[in-house]
Amino acid sequence: MSKVPSSSAVVAARPPGTSNAARTVALVGPPNSGKSTLFNRLTGLRQKVANYPGVTVEKRLGRTKLQGQDVLLVDLPGVYSLEPRTEDEQVTHDLLRGRMDDVPKPDAVVLIVDVTNLGRQLTLAGPILSLGLPTLVVLNMADDLKRRGGTVDVDALAEQVGTPVALVSARTGEGLSAVGEFLQGAFGVPRPVELPIISNVPSCRQWSAELGKRARYRAPLPSNWTRRLDGVFLHPVAGPLIFVMVVLAVFQTIFQAAVPLMDGVETMIAVSGGWLQSALPESWLRSLLIEGIWGGVGSVVVFLPQILLLFIFIGVLEDSGYMARAALIADRTMAKVGLEGKSFIPLISAYACAIPAILSTRTIANQRDRMATILIAPFMTCSARLPVYTLVIAAFIPEEPVYARTATMIGLYLLGFVAAVLTAAVLKSSVLKSARTPFMLEMPSYRMPTLRSIGLRLLDRAKIFLRRAGTVIMATTIVLWFLASVPLQNGEPPEIAESVAGTIGRTMEPVIEPLGFNWRIGIGIITSLAAREVIVGTLGTIYGMEADEGSLELQSALQSDLTLPGAIALLIYFAFAMQCMSTVAVVRRETGGWKWAIIQFSYMTALGYVCAFAAYRILS
Amino acid sequence: MTRNSPATLAELREGEEACLDRIDLPEPEARRLMEMGFLPGTRIAAARSSPFGDPRVFRVDGSEVALRRETAERLMVRESSDIRGG
Repeated sequence: MSKVPSSSAVVAARPPGTSNAARTVALVGPPNSGKSTLFNRLTGLRQKVANYPGVTVEKRLGRTKLQGQDVLLVDLPGVYSLEPRTEDEQVTHDLLRGRMDDVPKPDAVVLIVDVTNLGRQLTLAGPILSLGLPTLVVLNMADDLKRRGGTVDVDALAEQVGTPVALVSARTGEGLSAVGEFLQGAFGVPRPVELPIISNVPSCRQWSAELGKRARYRAPLPSNWTRRLDGVFLHPVAGPLIFVMVVLAVFQTIFQAAVPLMDGVETMIAVSGGWLQSALPESWLRSLLIEGIWGGVGSVVVFLPQILLLFIFIGVLEDSGYMARAALIADRTMAKVGLEGKSFIPLISAYACAIPAILSTRTIANQRDRMATILIAPFMTCSARLPVYTLVIAAFIPEEPVYARTATMIGLYLLGFVAAVLTAAVLKSSVLKSARTPFMLEMPSYRMPTLRSIGLRLLDRAKIFLRRAGTVIMATTIVLWFLASVPLQNGEPPEIAESVAGTIGRTMEPVIEPLGFNWRIGIGIITSLAAREVIVGTLGTIYGMEADEGSLELQSALQSDLTLPGAIALLIYFAFAMQCMSTVAVVRRETGGWKWAIIQFSYMTALGYVCAFAAYRILS
Repeated sequence: MTRNSPATLAELREGEEACLDRIDLPEPEARRLMEMGFLPGTRIAAARSSPFGDPRVFRVDGSEVALRRETAERLMVRESSDIRGG
């Protein structure tokens, strides 16, 4: 731990008149140096972290109170310099210069660098120190440095840069006390040191090399693990083979291992629903609770274990460092359709959800490439499609042979990917044609994903999923239950087909009949515009209300509603159609207007309709 | 096997290294490459490539950066030395 050179320990220099306001402290550093990990440590928040450059693409604010001092921490996208090239870098640049409307110019800066490559990472120190703000230099990943035999003299470095330096491991929490002291304003403006010419990269690099030398920095040995693993993962034969095997294993696990867990959740919901049914007197309220909410929301919640399993895999992929390798492997394919490998990272994130994926396109320097990536991202199979796919596959695809269901699921994932790639090829050869921008991607060292970080991801994901179930899905279910219960006939709820909801479904039946869907599926297609998995809840509610005794099992009810060709058509429709209003809203925001959002919505829905129609025709 | 010493990064084989001479790319891209460690005078080693041969990972200034062949061709090198005999 560093002792601050006494000469620089000036009392906090805060502008007069702001003594009661929170100090604003910006976290700055090169990409993948651990800014968000440190931010989460200090604020207790759960900003997304992963092991690849470009995870954070917007500023994120967090408050922390340290011995009465309010501190507003700002987590920022990583930058290589103060010359922004992409939209995410622009955010960091604007904030440091005080050009943000909603956040004041920072009172202090924490510069976080990866100490395992100090020389190059400190290249950023010149430009940052030249801002003239109180600065703490945090040397992160102290654990890696030590393990791989590197050393650095922290006090000597602090002497050289004229500002305090702390050696920490944000991941383990080691050495964070100095950061706390700094945030409270214990240290003042940097003691002037001779800075390099900050617009000149070689000059900055030379300066930081000099710093490293004076701080007796000994670089750690290269990560042997990284070289060995790359030898396997990037091997011409073993690499692709392992990739395919991992994908197969993932899908098989999601299908097989999830079943007992899902059965468990299903039983819990059924038992609690049955208990509620017998405890309450017969009334409209009981019908709303049991058939509407238990039937609707419950049938979606069943898929929680499956979605969490998927997120274990996504977590390992992102935290281990394999993500950047996947982008490397995919670059050739991406290049063929006119995109760069970097576009592949948003596309992989879109397997979780298209919304963060669309935000993460901010790291793409070429605006036209970025636009194309935004437009194709919703084709990737997001986790909201998983419940729909699983339900329909379980109802219509036989259990034997064992790979039939897995193969169908993989087929659907491939279908989405192919649609994305072909759409990109069309866009990039026409309206979004552009000169190619060089692909430059830093490969992070592999790291072992920690149980803690995977556990936190799952916890957060479960919260998001249940919140959706409790808000969007619950709301649509209640509205649906109401529309399916009116108009009353002789004081009794009508047959659903005669209700308002049924009438809407039957009105649109002629449009969807060519795809093999009836009015019940039609209602589901409308409600699932809110979010794809809502169709599962909707069918749960409709079948629940129709069943005389308790709730009919969803799968067998669906079998009486759809033929096999109709089921395939439904799967294809959901693979392509943009059944997600939140995505439409995000696309509108990120592309700066309705134009692209509307084009994308119409295109995806039309593609879904046409392909579902073709599939139904061919198969029946 | 004899061959002329490589003139660009793209000609390096896995395990070979060379000294970067200049970057023949427009200013913004050249600058970003420099920020990532590709400074004239720096020794750069070719590491693994993607299983399909392109892009390739280069070891430069303590980190590993992947570049496409079309970019690597614009990075001119001088005096190569086979450290592991190609």
